[in-house]
Amino acid sequence: MPFTTTKSAFWKGFRDSAPFILVSGPFGLLFGVLAAEAGLIVPEAFAFSMAVFAGSAQFTALQLMQENAPVFIVLISALAVNLRVAMYSASLTPYLGSAPLWQRALAAYLTVDQAYALSIVQFESEPKMTVPQRMAYFFGTNGLVAPVWMIATVTGVMVGSQIPASWGLDFVLPLAFLAMIGPMLRTAAHLAACFAAIVTALFAVVLPYNLGLIVAGLVGMMVGAQVELWLERRKLATEAVQ
Amino acid sequence: MSTIDQTILWTVIIGLAIGSFGLRFAFIGLMANRTMPTWLMRHLRYTAVAIIPALVTPLVAWPTPTDGVTSLPHLLAALVTLAAGYFSKNVLVAMACGGAALAGLLFLFG
Repeated sequence: MPFTTTKSAFWKGFRDSAPFILVSGPFGLLFGVLAAEAGLIVPEAFAFSMAVFAGSAQFTALQLMQENAPVFIVLISALAVNLRVAMYSASLTPYLGSAPLWQRALAAYLTVDQAYALSIVQFESEPKMTVPQRMAYFFGTNGLVAPVWMIATVTGVMVGSQIPASWGLDFVLPLAFLAMIGPMLRTAAHLAACFAAIVTALFAVVLPYNLGLIVAGLVGMMVGAQVELWLERRKLATEAVQ
Repeated sequence: MSTIDQTILWTVIIGLAIGSFGLRFAFIGLMANRTMPTWLMRHLRYTAVAIIPALVTPLVAWPTPTDGVTSLPHLLAALVTLAAGYFSKNVLVAMACGGAALAGLLFLFG
């Protein structure tokens, strides 16, 4: 269905994003609960979600601050977890790059997993969309998810401050991270990167200042990249033989 | 569980706000029509699947709730969560399976 107005593009994005409330709602809630457990109060957690607006980076920072890791390790690790948004930004540029600067700045702030995933599919399947329509669609995908994320965080803090420490929520954050990893493992190279990072992390715990995390992460990235290269070469070789 | 120092908390919030906006704005805002070197993109593709496991591994191997003593229920619950996420491709399904596994195993193992 071709779009007639930028308004209809916005509402299409809005509707397409509806199922993602089921992800951003519970995860925002969980972030709030765990933030409360870590001693954060409502304005702090709200500012966190509002200013950073990146779930996995927020969870990472929260965990490392509780481990009393040095500030630069907290920042590097949380940003590293969020490096994928730089890829999203790069991949959206051909579609949105010619929009006005203020719109691109706002779009940058709103670049999160579900907005990217929905938009790139939409832009690829309907190449005739104009840049304003694409921008409208992109903003539409955040019309629900962004407010839900903020509201869920605040609700989570209020709920979390009522939960006694004896409930043992200490292990919920590791489980949340593991739940996020599973669906990301789509190729053999992803699996190799993940496995290499796990093995390295077990040995790298002896390093000071939580540097083991950075080392294990880098090893995982290099292994992933090398496996990808190797698989590509092997595929080319097989095709050449045929 | 230690309370987080206010200065550290706000340094992290502000630092992350600037940093993650920077990451997101880098290309769409500044690079307009230039492309990234292939080798860099190739490594960036694996940041999340490497850093998150690296972060979570010590937390699973030496869990906080047992004061760092390796524990079978926690280890198994972690494996269940990862496997459920891998096969269902759904974060919430994985979370639910993992939570149920942990509760069940802790009950069984007392």
